[in-house]
Amino acid sequence: MRMFSWRSFRMWQRNRDVFLRLWHSEAPGTIVEPLIILVAMGLGLGAYVTLTDNQDYIEFIVPGIVCSYAMFSVFGECTYGTFFRMEERKTFDAIIATPLNVEDVIAGEIFWGATRSLMTGSVILVVALAFQQVDSWWTLLVPFLSFYHGVMFASIAVFFTSVAPSFYTFNHVFTLFVTPMFFLSGVFFPLSDFPQVVQNLSWIAPLTPVVHLTRALFEGEFHLIHLVVAGYILLVTIVFFALALFIMRRRLTV
Amino acid sequence: MAIIVTSNLSKKFKDLLAVDNVSLEVEEGECFGLLGPNGAGKTSLIRMITAVSPPLSGSIEVAGMDLASHPRQVKAILGIVPQIDNLDEDLTVLQNLTTFARYFGIPKTVAHTRGCELLQLFHLEEKSSGRIKELSGGMRRLLLIARGLVNQPRIAILDEPTVGLDPQTRHLVWQQLTELKEQGVTRLLCTQNMEEAAVLCDRVAVMHRGRILSLDSPQVLITRHVGETVLEVAVTSANRAKVVRELSTHGIDFLDVGNTVKVLGVNREQLPATLLGTAEELRLRPATLEDVFFRLTGKTLEEDEEE
Repeated sequence: MRMFSWRSFRMWQRNRDVFLRLWHSEAPGTIVEPLIILVAMGLGLGAYVTLTDNQDYIEFIVPGIVCSYAMFSVFGECTYGTFFRMEERKTFDAIIATPLNVEDVIAGEIFWGATRSLMTGSVILVVALAFQQVDSWWTLLVPFLSFYHGVMFASIAVFFTSVAPSFYTFNHVFTLFVTPMFFLSGVFFPLSDFPQVVQNLSWIAPLTPVVHLTRALFEGEFHLIHLVVAGYILLVTIVFFALALFIMRRRLTV
Repeated sequence: MAIIVTSNLSKKFKDLLAVDNVSLEVEEGECFGLLGPNGAGKTSLIRMITAVSPPLSGSIEVAGMDLASHPRQVKAILGIVPQIDNLDEDLTVLQNLTTFARYFGIPKTVAHTRGCELLQLFHLEEKSSGRIKELSGGMRRLLLIARGLVNQPRIAILDEPTVGLDPQTRHLVWQQLTELKEQGVTRLLCTQNMEEAAVLCDRVAVMHRGRILSLDSPQVLITRHVGETVLEVAVTSANRAKVVRELSTHGIDFLDVGNTVKVLGVNREQLPATLLGTAEELRLRPATLEDVFFRLTGKTLEEDEEE
């Protein structure tokens, strides 16, 4: 496998420039949906929910909402977005004819996806803070964590894109992978309430460790398990990052 | 001195040998044309030379560098104008040039100046801040060519640069490509436009079924394969077979291209009298590259149909 270089920054810059030109058409959507979920679930459903330690339900779901919507923005960008640039616009074909190679382009896409995660995570964090008190200064690290897991989700998303024959593939990615993770990764209910089988599956799904870590930052309480899940995220990142680069080279240089 | 050298280059797609053992040398500063029918392997060859497609076998050297081990360095001195329009529609017209310049590591201010100059050169300066979607087909192609020159390449590689252009725009492109010659830029040009090849190219390689059939200056190719003149005999579907039979029995060389029969190496007086009676119309004209094209690739096309 060939390595990417600092030139991937050029691809990142290209995506940033396009985003700065068009952000106003996309940005409202990123805030409105999580806001609705927070109101509906947190305040609406939350009124009927009693948590063991008297915690407000909305406080329970805020960390999960922050990282889930960061994930959604990454998946939108790095599946539909990346595929569109690659297959419809042939943008990658143009760029790999310059000193950038395929690995630079793909790494640039992944880092851009992670940047979207950072932006979305930060914005929703600010919105969410309107609903609850900040218990811990560690919460300030949430944007950094958003970038960290953003690299992982972007790598997974680009991996799906690298093997996708058409746009329709992504409908399956969302219905069979992204959305189930949203509901089964401990965002809305503690994992321990699930049957053992679901719990085991849930721990493999990469959103679970992310929710776990984000919640730890909100609560300011850390255990050894958090180090383990941070390592798990890194491992998944490396595997899918490498796969994405490798398969994309085969796809783009025929 | 040769600036592009390919040695025994081959490329295979599934069962199709798209490029078959091609060895060629492009001299520095010349305009080298690749001429051939659709599917001849021109684009495949060019994609290998531009490092976006790995060869099955063989090697490529560009400006003394081995392409396989120095793809970035080679790509840095190439200016590529692809056949497929892949302008960045998310960016403005000028941004297309400056963003592309950034991929080459060209500083912002230089990129901006150069971008504006190129837009002026290709009569696009009024569209500078416009969107790509607002451009006409011809303008898009001009921008695509301008983009290929943004890094001031030593070698410009153009795949069918004037396809679909109106005559004025085509001449604008030809003029710019001729300017490049004065700057010493090597040009590798893929085309199906015979006039373009004849006007621009110092040397032309006729390619068919992945192989180079003949390579020389346009004039030498014409003399070698066709001769000085061609006598065009207009035929109808009714008398075509008769004309062809007549020519064959008299041992006269000809090319059968459908509604005309191109008779080679003879003038009107040398034609058999019976034929003069049969032919609808006769016209003597100087031989062109198109005749060479038919000569070298035409027969095999017919064989294709028979298969």
